[in-house]
Amino acid sequence: MLLIDCPCCGLRPETEFRCGGQAHVARPEKPVDVGDQDWSEYLFVRANPRGVHAERWIHQHGCGRWFNALRDTVSDRFVETYPMGGKPKSTTTEARA
Amino acid sequence: MRRFSYRSLISEALNAHQGWQRQWRAPDPKPSYDVVIVGGGGHGLATAYYLASQHGITNVAVIEKGWIGGGNTGRNTTIIRSNYLYDESAGIYEHALKLWEGLSQELNYNVMFSQRGVLMLAHNVHDVQSFKRHVYANRLNGIDNEWLSTEECKAFCPPINISQDIRYPVMGGALQRRAGTARHDAVAWGYARGADSRGVDIIQNCEVKGIRRDASGAAVGVETTRGYIGAKRIGVVAAGNTSVVMQMAGVRMPLESYPLQALVSEPVKPCFPCVVMSNAVHAYLSQSDKGELVIGAGTDQYVSYSQQGGLHITNHTLDAICEMFPQFTRMKMLRSWGGVVDVTPDRSPIIGRTPVQNLFVNCGWGTGGFKATPGSGHVFAHTLATGEPHKINAPFTLDRFRTGRLIDEAAAAAVAH
Amino acid sequence: MAQHFRLPSGGRIDRSKPVSFTFNGSKIEGYQGDTLASALLANGVHFVGRSFKYHRPRGIMSHGSDEPSALLSVSRGPGRTDPNNRASVVELREGLVTKSQNHWPSLNFDVGAVNDLFSPVFVAGFYYKTFMWPRSFWDKVYEPFIRAAAGLGVAPDVPDADRYANRHAHCDVLVVGMGPTGLAAALAASETGKRVIVADEQAEPGGSLLHASEETIDGKPAAEWVKETLAVLDARENVILLPRTTVFGYYNHNHVAMTERVTDHVVDPKGAPRERLWQVRAGHVVIAAGSLERPLVFADNDRPGVLLAESVRVFVNRYGVLPGRKIVFATSGASAYQAAVDAKRAGAHVTISDLRLEADCGPELAKARAAGVEVLTAHTVIGTVGAKRVKGLIVAPVTGAGAIGPRRTLDCDCVGISGGWTPTVHLFSQSRGKLAYDEALDAFLPGTSAQAETTVGASHGDYDLARCLTAGYAAGAKAAGSAATARFEATPTLKGFQPVRVMPTDANPAKVRAFIDFQNDVTAKDIKLAVREGFQSIEHVKRYTTTGMATDQGKMSNMNALGIVAGQLDRPLPSVGTTTFRPPYTPTTFGALVGPARDALFDPIRTTPIHDWAVEHGAKFEPVSLWRRAWYFPKAGEDMHAAVARECKAVRDGVGVFDASTLGKIEVVGPDAAEFMNRMYVNPWLKLEPGKCRYGLMLKEDGYIMDDGVVARVAQDRFHVTTTTGGAARVLNHMEDYLQTEWPDLNVFLTSITEEWAVIAVQGPKARETIAPLVSDIDLSPEAFPHMAMREGRICGAPTRLFRVSFTGELGFEINVPADYGRAVWEAIYESGRKFGITPYGTETMHVLRAEKGYIIVGQETDGTVTPDDVGLAGMIAKAKADFVGKRSLARQDLVASGRKQLVGLFADDPSLVLEEGAQVVADPNQPIPMKMLGHVTSSYDSPNVGRSIALAVVADGRALMGTSLFVTTPGGFTRVSVVDPVFFDAKGERINA
Repeated sequence: MLLIDCPCCGLRPETEFRCGGQAHVARPEKPVDVGDQDWSEYLFVRANPRGVHAERWIHQHGCGRWFNALRDTVSDRFVETYPMGGKPKSTTTEARA
Repeated sequence: MRRFSYRSLISEALNAHQGWQRQWRAPDPKPSYDVVIVGGGGHGLATAYYLASQHGITNVAVIEKGWIGGGNTGRNTTIIRSNYLYDESAGIYEHALKLWEGLSQELNYNVMFSQRGVLMLAHNVHDVQSFKRHVYANRLNGIDNEWLSTEECKAFCPPINISQDIRYPVMGGALQRRAGTARHDAVAWGYARGADSRGVDIIQNCEVKGIRRDASGAAVGVETTRGYIGAKRIGVVAAGNTSVVMQMAGVRMPLESYPLQALVSEPVKPCFPCVVMSNAVHAYLSQSDKGELVIGAGTDQYVSYSQQGGLHITNHTLDAICEMFPQFTRMKMLRSWGGVVDVTPDRSPIIGRTPVQNLFVNCGWGTGGFKATPGSGHVFAHTLATGEPHKINAPFTLDRFRTGRLIDEAAAAAVAH
Repeated sequence: MAQHFRLPSGGRIDRSKPVSFTFNGSKIEGYQGDTLASALLANGVHFVGRSFKYHRPRGIMSHGSDEPSALLSVSRGPGRTDPNNRASVVELREGLVTKSQNHWPSLNFDVGAVNDLFSPVFVAGFYYKTFMWPRSFWDKVYEPFIRAAAGLGVAPDVPDADRYANRHAHCDVLVVGMGPTGLAAALAASETGKRVIVADEQAEPGGSLLHASEETIDGKPAAEWVKETLAVLDARENVILLPRTTVFGYYNHNHVAMTERVTDHVVDPKGAPRERLWQVRAGHVVIAAGSLERPLVFADNDRPGVLLAESVRVFVNRYGVLPGRKIVFATSGASAYQAAVDAKRAGAHVTISDLRLEADCGPELAKARAAGVEVLTAHTVIGTVGAKRVKGLIVAPVTGAGAIGPRRTLDCDCVGISGGWTPTVHLFSQSRGKLAYDEALDAFLPGTSAQAETTVGASHGDYDLARCLTAGYAAGAKAAGSAATARFEATPTLKGFQPVRVMPTDANPAKVRAFIDFQNDVTAKDIKLAVREGFQSIEHVKRYTTTGMATDQGKMSNMNALGIVAGQLDRPLPSVGTTTFRPPYTPTTFGALVGPARDALFDPIRTTPIHDWAVEHGAKFEPVSLWRRAWYFPKAGEDMHAAVARECKAVRDGVGVFDASTLGKIEVVGPDAAEFMNRMYVNPWLKLEPGKCRYGLMLKEDGYIMDDGVVARVAQDRFHVTTTTGGAARVLNHMEDYLQTEWPDLNVFLTSITEEWAVIAVQGPKARETIAPLVSDIDLSPEAFPHMAMREGRICGAPTRLFRVSFTGELGFEINVPADYGRAVWEAIYESGRKFGITPYGTETMHVLRAEKGYIIVGQETDGTVTPDDVGLAGMIAKAKADFVGKRSLARQDLVASGRKQLVGLFADDPSLVLEEGAQVVADPNQPIPMKMLGHVTSSYDSPNVGRSIALAVVADGRALMGTSLFVTTPGGFTRVSVVDPVFFDAKGERINA
């Protein structure tokens, strides 16, 4: 069970959280203007990296806030967590994706 | 290949078993092949076997970064069934089931396919509706699946508790009698032996580090830890690592890789006659030939390649098993482990062409790929041999995520009301 | 038998407390402090089981959790019987009933032992090569036979009489192991005041010091040091000492799992749990788990009476038991010498046969000889004599070059074997630390840590007592953030050994069976066969031969197997691979892992404020997600069909009352609430006036229907949203996700109010008259309060949000009252409605009534692949909106293609036939299989109001098929139906506006 550093509440066990998948997949401003291919990529295509992954979590059974995290998908170690809308301190390529 | 038979076994018994050959060779890679298959799991090895046996294409290499069958092939709970709802899924899983039925004889390798029946328990009205929908659809597709009353469930699987006072009472079940289990490792080894004997090179401890493309963008070979290997066609069958491999060719996939855990108990004398699955409580259970209770858990919630999940997932699965079978609380967990499963948005596989010429992919089997192994290999071999999908895998395109023509078995079991 | 092998004195057992138990029906005595193994040995019982495959006689081999052979069924009373207990870890307790396993009809005479005769055929992997002909024999003949022969003990078949507890804990330092290293670490860590937990799998703390004979620490006998150290630790409030607690799993982020055996050793547990699962989140973990002895591999090394050498020493020193009168120690290392000396002192006739050359032996040699032990150096073991008990050990001199001299049989009744030591690196490996092979120690040692962890002492390949204490102390201090060190003086430990894979033999190695994995009957030649057949990764060898897959998970066999594979391939050992250790370290009961999560605590059952009323009025219930909902209210003598028919008529003819409290409810509040609703639902919301309701339809981003429900605009900035019962949490999550991550600029707050409001639906022509006397502050007249309006006021004096809405097609109200008032208001309505024959109805009637009106239920008519247009709700979509969740996807190719399944009604030709929900629809029942399926029946009922059966279905291009005939599957075949409009009752919708 992971130990996750909620930006609001601090370290809490994973069972209080829900993972929301890849972070920084912004919903297009005007979806109707997006072509089928791009729209399907927005909906379905994910980085799924072996290594550092920017992903979203919500502290479901805590403060109820969504936030972002960088986590290594091989070791499951968290690099950092940071608020929604924020940028990570780390400078991995994935973090900027 | 020396055939296995009673005669060969007895004669070797008298010879202290000194005469058995290697079941597959350990060749060095050749400079190039007609087909290179990336991934030496059950699906990749089956693909190679059928390329050789059905299409006469034997200049084939299977490239495996570890040891063959060491990924999800050797980590799953070995459930085999074909009672899927949609025509497309029913088509491929039934194709596989038919191949399973003759597989030991075809491969001359006992994969211990045991048609002990898979019983899916219904715990609420919604389950009943959903399972009957499956039963009827299966019947019209020529797939055996029958509805059992609560009492019939008990008769088929006596350990089931049919008291109506438990948390999730049993309201009946859907039984596929032809479904069952098999010996997972033997599937990989049997296909490897069969493919090898037809000339396929199985190259272990060889990791793909890159996919080389020519000026036109077409794939022409793979860079590996054992050097460059040219290929007229490349089939990627890398399960949980598919995103990583496809990224080497610049193809981004609609996949996410999750840890999937399973466990076995200590071995005990026969006490559980079939496979029981319950969607409502998220658990499935069978007993292996060795006597271990084999129990599947759910996936963890996050992307991970660690082949390790959290204890809470295991615990919740055992909660569910012991809720259904309270007599098992004194059984002991002997071994638990994790695999990495690649999951598509509609929980159905992708088998076919990619945007890169000569590069083909077979992935996205999620938590249920083992059962499809022979069928998947068979149709993917056809696809690699002809460049065109077999009619059975034609619906499982990458393009369906653009058109919206999804094959959503999971959604079909959605619950609300 | 009366403990003939118990020594007259010594050991840590309590001789004042005799304990009796039975083994295979015979009553046997031991003492408090014995394990089953020591008590059996005290009575001369070695032969206690049969092996897995060949059913060979097997005895007690070890004193610890690595025991592969002595597995017993143990019963502590009804509902307290379980299989596969290692005799060496079960504490003796008055009245235990124990039995050997895996034999028929008896341990002594076992028919299955015939397998041993077939062992030339039954080699590794033989089953992959046979049992294939004829094909049908696998399921019917071979597999049942194999299954019956396999397995070990018998699974319990009655519910467990015990309970299990679960505890979460945090600590700064977790120390695994209470041997010398662990105790020193615990001392140092707790010195700092940090929170320390110390766990050890054994009943008594002390580890190897508990069977020390001559060893001293700081001048004191080792046992004395243990006692004093424990007293110090026990006195510290920041220390939790957990004996009988196995650390079995090391998970992510220092999440460590352990089971405490609380009451198995107690005669009267007084209601305490059997076991407790501890889930510890540790700041730092110090692993001091010791090491495991390796057996020697030679022919017939599996006879009862053959034990690990150190285990002989443990039985002698710790339990006061002599495992034999004439003991031969066969060894390739030094540690067995101390065991031999201790056994000699205890009165046994002792011989040592050491593979090592005289020159390679250390001071242990002279010491043993001085103690009167005969030592044969440079001797190999050829085999054993005996059947159900070892009678002799065949040894032969061997030169450095490998030449083997004449054999000689040493008479004996016990053999202690020692092939060296393997550090216990299981937990380190589980923590995903990288192992590194140490050639000098012939062992894998912890390399780079992956988590906040330190492995120290014998687990790190350091076997010297003083060094273990010093290193343990330093590691404990460091883990607690201190740099403190301490010096310890202790007796030197002699544990050096010469690694040997298989003992040299003059017999044909292809003919002898030298066991590697004792439980699974894997021999050295099995491993060699696997390698010959191309299985060269250790993982392949394990899977092909099953070595290391038994209940000891390779604790005894791993290094020997690895060494043989490496030797066979002539490759360095690490290149063959290491086994990745997985949890659990030792088998862990399901019960401990489940803990209290049984029955009602498995999943909580949600009930509404009106639930008890329904129980009191005889309702039958159905499970719906976590809820129990009233299904129908049968009167005496009524079956479900009769009750539902009566309820359905009552609502349409008079008035019915229904508990709709389970509906999900979300309050959407804020200046941007309407804008937010506009983006989340397909419908338009900006112009909906406060006091008005609207049916809301929600899509996922992929364009498919996700949920629906009536939404009331309570105020300009406030919406009261309802969802499906099962979808409540999902919808709130979905809304929060978009609000926080896509549109954080919107000023909106979301609150789940499902539990705040009880919801009572009063439906039927008499609904208004029923509630009118109870409602204040609201004008209920049709003009002032039309359909799809919402008013706030009071009912029975309680505040209410009163919705005039209907899921039945009748005049109806859904009365929201604070949950605490739910039952009182319900009862008042029930009283008020009596004069109109008010009828409580359940979910089944609700389903029928809405189906009569063609109203869909999300999850029944839809399944996650259905668009609004598919179910005839395209009209709900606000065409003018530029965007809402799911809109873009609705324009995808396949979602606008023809041939999609559309909602229709079906009438079976036979009006009394109720189609099966889930039945498939086809055009031609005579077509060949596989048939073309057009769709399926989603809802189907006998409708008393329509006067016949009705069904809803989704059918390809269904709206174009109105009036045509199709066929629907039935349990026996097909039945003909006609396609009709899905609204079966009051098609004009007049009643709802009454």
